[in-house]
Amino acid sequence: MAHSARRDSPELPDFSVLKRLARDQLIYLLEQLPGKKDLFIEADLMSPLDRIANVSTLKQHEVDKLYKVEYKPVVSTSDQLCFLIRPRIQTVKWVCDVVNADKAAGKFKRYKIIFTPQKFYACETVLEEQGIFGDVSTDEWAFYLLPLDEDIINLELPEFFRDNFLEGDQRWVRTGGSALHLFHSIYGPFSKVYGIGRCSKMVYESWREQVKEGEQKARQAEVGTVFLIDRDVDFVTPLCSQVVYEGLVDDIFRIKCGCVEFGPDVTSSDKSIKVMLNSQDKVFNEIRNEHFSNVFGFLSQKARNLQTAYDKRRGMDIKQMKTFVSEELKGLKQEHRLLSLHIGASESMMKKKTKQDFQELLKTEHSLLEGFEIRECISFIEEHINRQVSYLKLCPLSLYFFTGLLPKDYRSLKAQYLQSYGVDHLLTFANLKQLGLLVEQQPGETLTVMESKMGKLVNDKTAGKLTDAFSSLAKKSNFRALSRRLSLVPKSDEEYDLRVPRDMAYIFSGAYIPLSCKLIEQVLERDGWTGLEEVTRLLNGHEFAVTADLRPQSDAQRIILVMFLGGCTFSEISALRFLGRERGYKFIVLTTAITNSARLIEAMLDNHV
Amino acid sequence: MTPTLMWTFQGMCCVFQMMKSKADEEDYWNSSKFKAFTFDDEDDEFTKLKESRQAVNSICGLVEEEEDEDEVEKVSWSGEPVGSEGISRFLSDSETGSGASASSPCVSCFLLPVSCRYLVVGQGDGVQPARAELPQDRHDAVAVSLEKFRSLQEKLLLLDEAVGVHDGNVITAVLIYLKKSLSKEVLFRELESRQTALRHFIHYLTESKEQRLLLELYRALGRTEDEALLQYKEHLRITDENKRRDFLKSCVSLPFSPEDAGHVQDHYTLLERQIIIEATDRQAETGGKVEIFQKFPRRASILNMPLITTLYYCCFYHYAETEGTYSSPANIRQTFRIAEKQYFVTALAARAKLKAWHDVDALFTSRNWLGFTRKKSPLSFSRVADILSKNNAPVQVLQEYVGLVDDVELRVALAQKYKCHFIVISTYRDLKDRQLLLGYRGKVERGSEEERKIDELLSNPQIRWKN
Repeated sequence: MAHSARRDSPELPDFSVLKRLARDQLIYLLEQLPGKKDLFIEADLMSPLDRIANVSTLKQHEVDKLYKVEYKPVVSTSDQLCFLIRPRIQTVKWVCDVVNADKAAGKFKRYKIIFTPQKFYACETVLEEQGIFGDVSTDEWAFYLLPLDEDIINLELPEFFRDNFLEGDQRWVRTGGSALHLFHSIYGPFSKVYGIGRCSKMVYESWREQVKEGEQKARQAEVGTVFLIDRDVDFVTPLCSQVVYEGLVDDIFRIKCGCVEFGPDVTSSDKSIKVMLNSQDKVFNEIRNEHFSNVFGFLSQKARNLQTAYDKRRGMDIKQMKTFVSEELKGLKQEHRLLSLHIGASESMMKKKTKQDFQELLKTEHSLLEGFEIRECISFIEEHINRQVSYLKLCPLSLYFFTGLLPKDYRSLKAQYLQSYGVDHLLTFANLKQLGLLVEQQPGETLTVMESKMGKLVNDKTAGKLTDAFSSLAKKSNFRALSRRLSLVPKSDEEYDLRVPRDMAYIFSGAYIPLSCKLIEQVLERDGWTGLEEVTRLLNGHEFAVTADLRPQSDAQRIILVMFLGGCTFSEISALRFLGRERGYKFIVLTTAITNSARLIEAMLDNHV
Repeated sequence: MTPTLMWTFQGMCCVFQMMKSKADEEDYWNSSKFKAFTFDDEDDEFTKLKESRQAVNSICGLVEEEEDEDEVEKVSWSGEPVGSEGISRFLSDSETGSGASASSPCVSCFLLPVSCRYLVVGQGDGVQPARAELPQDRHDAVAVSLEKFRSLQEKLLLLDEAVGVHDGNVITAVLIYLKKSLSKEVLFRELESRQTALRHFIHYLTESKEQRLLLELYRALGRTEDEALLQYKEHLRITDENKRRDFLKSCVSLPFSPEDAGHVQDHYTLLERQIIIEATDRQAETGGKVEIFQKFPRRASILNMPLITTLYYCCFYHYAETEGTYSSPANIRQTFRIAEKQYFVTALAARAKLKAWHDVDALFTSRNWLGFTRKKSPLSFSRVADILSKNNAPVQVLQEYVGLVDDVELRVALAQKYKCHFIVISTYRDLKDRQLLLGYRGKVERGSEEERKIDELLSNPQIRWKN
């Protein structure tokens, strides 16, 4: 909209080559199994696959029929089966069942598993244990980078978050390193790399390792600066309700791989339609980063302009009409269609949000962020629990847990929660605690005692690592201190004009500047972590800043790749776009997945088999 | 089935599930409609493929790397090592045979990732490609790997090295080998001081569903709460409600924290009750004698529902029962120590749903010692009005509660929202605000009782209007 962009913003590199690369690799792999074959695709690979190839591409390479992996016996009659899957034990076990069933029935077929983005040893162990190692050939499709938009690249690995931060499994570290390596080999070399978080550091090291292994050709860099950040550095931001248009659409309708399905309430017909949401959609592109309160005004202005444009044809002669129809009408119609779609979406969101007392929810969240009126917040949360409001909408609860919690309140809220949503959520609570999202205040001594007890058991080197592990376990909520130090919560007595945002806080109605983005801003400004020592201490360290010995190119330097390990939200992307406009940067977001509060909480659920 | 503009794989697969007959399927694929949806307009796919394969090689060296791996670690079906032709040769070989790599001298060393090869050959820095370090005979190279590490010290060194590389895949690979080659006791003992490796091991056991071993591990580590939770989680697999109940009963004595033990006890008690209630109610429903089940047939069984849902159910179907029965709301409230507010919200919602306004009224009515009645509520009256309106309560019921909202502004706002005109009117009268009242006159129906009331007030000389 009416943002004053700095004119000298550098141009973003072209990411379409990434798609072509992935597609060609896939074709290459499919050709490794010559002849007609049926292809079984893991459900969550379908949307990513849609973005880079289509059915006829596969057909051209002798894929006969396509099936979704559903963990059921297969009905395929083909004598060659190919499985395109994520490296998960459960899926491999299912493939084993398929193969063993065929064997038992005396059918002889050829099988191939294509793991993407890589295979894991544990998966092959399953093949071995099930007695079909050797009957099945395996391959890797190194499909790491899926460009979702001109400035968003997605790894589409939502499990990265849980595996890494909850389970403490580093299986995706190398994947992260490889993804960065691939990006680096096309758009690098990087001259500056900053980062914060344990995982970021490991990914950085894995990438360096891979750079050393391969040779590097001297090339003109397109992207010069990289910032790596762990999701657990900032849990608060993804737990907040989103109020920027794109984030709100994601919270309500769930954007999947850059595509959203609008139901009948949006389309005002009896059909649902799938819509791609990206910068190609001109209307969307103008409102995606806007605070929701501005969107209606903008859309109605747009509608009026459209009307005027249509009205032009009155009083035209035949010739003028002809040019109008051939040149403008198509564009207008397209705009018309998009406009009515987004107006429909906005209306539907308005309705839903007023129903759920959205204003109150936001007020509660803001109070929690400021640390004011905590009693009111508790009773708001309590009331929602009592009324069994969907627990996914109870993110302020976790927000509250995270920002500090008295044991008495914790016990009472937990008890009510279990009563409303089922006792099996005991498992969810255990997970939240393990993740560090739920911080119960404990007497400070307990940990030190444990630490020294454990310390005696092991030698010094491991003791250091152990302390590390403990400090991350005991991750106290330092949010208040961080918030003060980085002034994340603007003074509430000042008016905040959402139409003319003055800082990144606009993405949360002026109530809070996302911690993750603030860190990025500060580090870029200071060209490193100097002066942020207290902040990094509060964040448990693991920060780094590396400058390569390259001649800096000013343009590439101002194109910054931000890699979120564990996912990022659309609101954060909006905030970075804002920061980019203000400072003359261009940000590219490379994330393991797009996340939001609901997805974050869902990843912690264990109350299913 | 008309093709739409966006051909998605998802769509395709749904289509397949829909189409049962094979003939249909073939028809589908052969029909000319779909040829229109060719992939890009490129005329020569193959040239392009070759080009980008080169690009891939030059860009990231990833493919190259993988081919290297094939060379080193894959063994063809005949047991002969695969030559430098790499993948293509490998595949033409296996075409004639039954499949790839059937016989191998050592299975656990298959396809370890690159980073692991360094540690296999004992090279820490990784600058030297591992290949260079491997002996000419690839069988040896293969045999060199994990099986070579036989003493405990070597195994632990291997594990620590793997952890140092920060590659979870490698760590798990080593752990799988250690699991096969060490006794549980030794392995558990060594893992205790290696947190990173331990967490990988736990995750691996969880994923491969090796429940028993995991329980043993927790026990050995003294992580009793984790052990208890893991065991408790098992109840989710049990579908038979009686078996599940018995299982939950056995969970009560698990080493939970005192607080969680209480919750698990509640879980057991709840299911026990639900089984009784379900059996009785199902009978009552099929018997057709009980009016409420006829009027409002049950949509689902109450088994395994949360406590509050159960309370709602009982407030709906069993409200008037005496405290002695299992299904009486009062009994449930007492047994599970349900907070007053929680009980109120649930009972209110259930009775409002049934439009039992008398019950709603009774919920809030309390008598003081003089025998006067007054309305009391543990939750705000604006909330009460909200719940009632969501259950389509009539204005007569609503206005009673809206009128009890203390805050004047909020009261007027709610009254307007729920169309409780008399509340608005009397509030304006109390405020002595003639202008607002006059304005409101335009909003009520002409000739209605509300209009008459307003006129009556406006012409009342005894009111001293402030404007």
